[in-house]
Amino acid sequence: MGEATLALNGKAALPALLNKGGGGRCSCLGDDAMAFTIDVNGSTHSVDVDGDTPLLWVLRDVLGMTGTKFGCGMALCGACTVHIDGAATRSCITSVDSIGKSRITTIEAVGATDAGAKIQKAWLDREVVQCGYCQSGQIMSASALLASNPRPTDSDIDDAMSGNICRCGTYVRIRDAIKHAAQST
Amino acid sequence: MILDRIVSRNPERAGSAGGLSRRRLLRVGVAAGGGMMLGLSLPFADGDAEATEGEGFAPNAFIRIERDGRIVLTMPYVEMGQGTYTAIPMLIAEELEVDLSQVQLEHAPPDAKLYGNPVLAGVQATGGSTAIRAAWAPMRQAGAVARTMLVSAAAERWNVDPASCRAQSGEVVHGPTGRRIKYGELAADAARLPVPGNVTLKQPEEFKLIGRPAKRLDAPAKVNGTAVFGIDARPAGVKIATLAQSPVFGGRVKSVNDAAAKAVKGVRQIVRLDDAVAVVADHMGAARKGLAALVIEWDDGPHARLGTDDIAAELEKATLGSGPVAQNIGDVEAAMAGAVTRVEAIYQVPFLAHATMEPMNCTVHVRKDGCELWVGSQVIGRAQAAAAKAAGLPLNKVVAHNHLIGGGFGRRLEVDGVTRAVQIAQQVEGPVKVVWTREEDIQHDMYRPYWLDRMTAGLDHKGMPIAWSHRYAGSSVIARWLPPAFNNGLDPDSTEGAIDLVYALPNMHVEYVRVEPPGIPTAFWRSVGPSHNVFVTESFVDELAAAAKQDAVAYRRALLDRSPRAKAVLELVAEKAGWGQPLPDRVGRGVAVQFVFATYVALVAEVEVSNDGAVRVRRVVCAVDCGTVVNPDTVKAQIQGAVIFGITAVLYGEITLKNGRVEQTNFDTYQMLRINEAPAIEVHIVSSSEPPGGMGEPGTSAIVPAVTNAVYAATGHRVRKLPVGTVALKRPA
Repeated sequence: MGEATLALNGKAALPALLNKGGGGRCSCLGDDAMAFTIDVNGSTHSVDVDGDTPLLWVLRDVLGMTGTKFGCGMALCGACTVHIDGAATRSCITSVDSIGKSRITTIEAVGATDAGAKIQKAWLDREVVQCGYCQSGQIMSASALLASNPRPTDSDIDDAMSGNICRCGTYVRIRDAIKHAAQST
Repeated sequence: MILDRIVSRNPERAGSAGGLSRRRLLRVGVAAGGGMMLGLSLPFADGDAEATEGEGFAPNAFIRIERDGRIVLTMPYVEMGQGTYTAIPMLIAEELEVDLSQVQLEHAPPDAKLYGNPVLAGVQATGGSTAIRAAWAPMRQAGAVARTMLVSAAAERWNVDPASCRAQSGEVVHGPTGRRIKYGELAADAARLPVPGNVTLKQPEEFKLIGRPAKRLDAPAKVNGTAVFGIDARPAGVKIATLAQSPVFGGRVKSVNDAAAKAVKGVRQIVRLDDAVAVVADHMGAARKGLAALVIEWDDGPHARLGTDDIAAELEKATLGSGPVAQNIGDVEAAMAGAVTRVEAIYQVPFLAHATMEPMNCTVHVRKDGCELWVGSQVIGRAQAAAAKAAGLPLNKVVAHNHLIGGGFGRRLEVDGVTRAVQIAQQVEGPVKVVWTREEDIQHDMYRPYWLDRMTAGLDHKGMPIAWSHRYAGSSVIARWLPPAFNNGLDPDSTEGAIDLVYALPNMHVEYVRVEPPGIPTAFWRSVGPSHNVFVTESFVDELAAAAKQDAVAYRRALLDRSPRAKAVLELVAEKAGWGQPLPDRVGRGVAVQFVFATYVALVAEVEVSNDGAVRVRRVVCAVDCGTVVNPDTVKAQIQGAVIFGITAVLYGEITLKNGRVEQTNFDTYQMLRINEAPAIEVHIVSSSEPPGGMGEPGTSAIVPAVTNAVYAATGHRVRKLPVGTVALKRPA
């Protein structure tokens, strides 16, 4: 699966929704009680929330995995980016009932992947972070890029990363770090 | 999983101005299953050493050496990206003689006596690019005091002359014998020694850390998801709330129909306040769904018809009158009468939102006899005070835990979000985390003021300025935020960048008219006064150069004879940017020079204007003289970031009101610069031994006129009202 971010004119960016089809994973416990079983970083979790609940809040508030961040709630900023079956996905608009058996990877575990480890190291080597709030999402987008494209061009980086806003303005270093990580592959 | 959060050690003491040995400790070091730590130790203090309380060595409020050897530094200024959690440790470690890898950090508790900012009138505040200026001497002294006492303790133990001992990497070494002893083993003895009044600080040539690039101590936790921001606080049993505040500032809730909201799975409670409604739920997904299901009728109040144009008209009128004189040099009126050329212009800058990536949030647990809050704040003492006031509790019953800040830019110098969270929490059993949606964050910000400026200059027969008149109107943030600093109608922020210009102007007159707009709150915003004044003054100097038909750099240079440091950065940036070299059609360079936040910056922007009028900044070159540099890599990072922040403002930034409501809602309508639009940015640091200047903000004010001056160079169109629009910049048919 390719990189799931579309940049429109550099003015707005929308993630391509990963449409996994509805249903599948829920087991009915009663009239209005539904539990969804999801695979996060290799562990399965059963969560009892409405099916339209965005994955972001399941991760942060139900499972307590706060590395994934809330920025906009509309897939405009990329702070909530996770991997679903390896593809960068905005968890703030991905409903829990759309995930099915897909594997979710978050910032807490992306370091266990080859590309994720390289990106994290490059982020430290190049001193990318400032406030750091957007960096989980940046790293998830960059890791997905590197995993699918070991030698990204500037244009590839623009395409993959323009959905991620950094208000501190670390873009120069993000670009540099991705290239640095690519050179280490 | 990330389970360990902030551990509150002594809630009953943490809010008092008392002891300095132990407060809450920040614990972030546990990697997730499969996560990696990249072999770097985390800098944050681990709470497990609580058992040693009282046995360590804490000669001042910033340093604590435990008997187990841990060196814990308490950070008086909070980390929001500017690198202060690396630079302050560098200052302390330089004199304490420890390696940066040996220190752990903790957030300071609210205590202005210990952690007040001397550059900001003693308020415990991180802002105004002041931290290094404020910390430069005291933090080195703190380190030197501790080192001196540790050396004394070792000398006493060995029964040798302290002069024969030296400190090094967390140990004291006896020169003649080579004996060595770790600081931790000396902690108990050192704690019993008197604190010396005078210590000698190192000379710059002795620095081992200051001036050399240091790795950020907060970086490892920020690349693996373990860094804990305010929004990540999760006290046991916490519920999540989100809210709708009156869409018109000053409005009230008239009625609420919450039947549908209460039916949402996971929604626990609806909290109604005078001017807001909150939905409390098990998770933010349910809270947001509940919020969307609420039917709220508002009484819009007195500002129901307010529009931005009304405010601009008011400001324009105010600049026709007179105001307090911020600066007067010579006799402008007489000089103007003798001028060969007269140049006039009106400039305007819009309201701006902060749009920190971490939306506003605050977690509060109100109990009968006390209150505990978890928040990322630039003013943790004020946060504590606001909570106490809202909860009707004495200050010492409020425990406030500070956090890493996911973007401050002045937004978190305000405590409106704390007050709001406490109002909600008072009606909720147990802790509640109030998280604003992005829409609330943008529509209920406190905004960088709208300013309007009337400029007049007179030029002599050579085209040089002999008269400069500047009158501007807008909100004074200082008048509200720090009333004692607002004197005779003037304050140091609103005037910074408008007075004490780097240029030698023989006749100059500057007046500021304070006008507080109705129906929209104002606040500090990255580079505040200079974000406005430098745009105006550096654009106007550019206009004068154009009127005189002179090169923009040469014209400025001719006015800088009395400001050698400004001249040096201008010359350096002109050289590095290739100023004067030919450029393609519709591409232009613009320059700006400034001295604000005690730092000299000269900056050249190169922009390209498309045929349909879209502006792209393609290259930025900056020369900076910020005096003594603590961490050169941070200086570069701050310029890079501040430049991006400023480009967002100059190209896109604008908050407008219509019918009293902020029209922008989210990042689709309040646009941010993105990586595909980011220019290459070169930073050249001038070596200097002057005292350090501020670095968090200067880049933002400098880039704005550099871009608009470049637009002028590329198109001949002078941008006098921000943000840059595209209509006037279209290629003529």
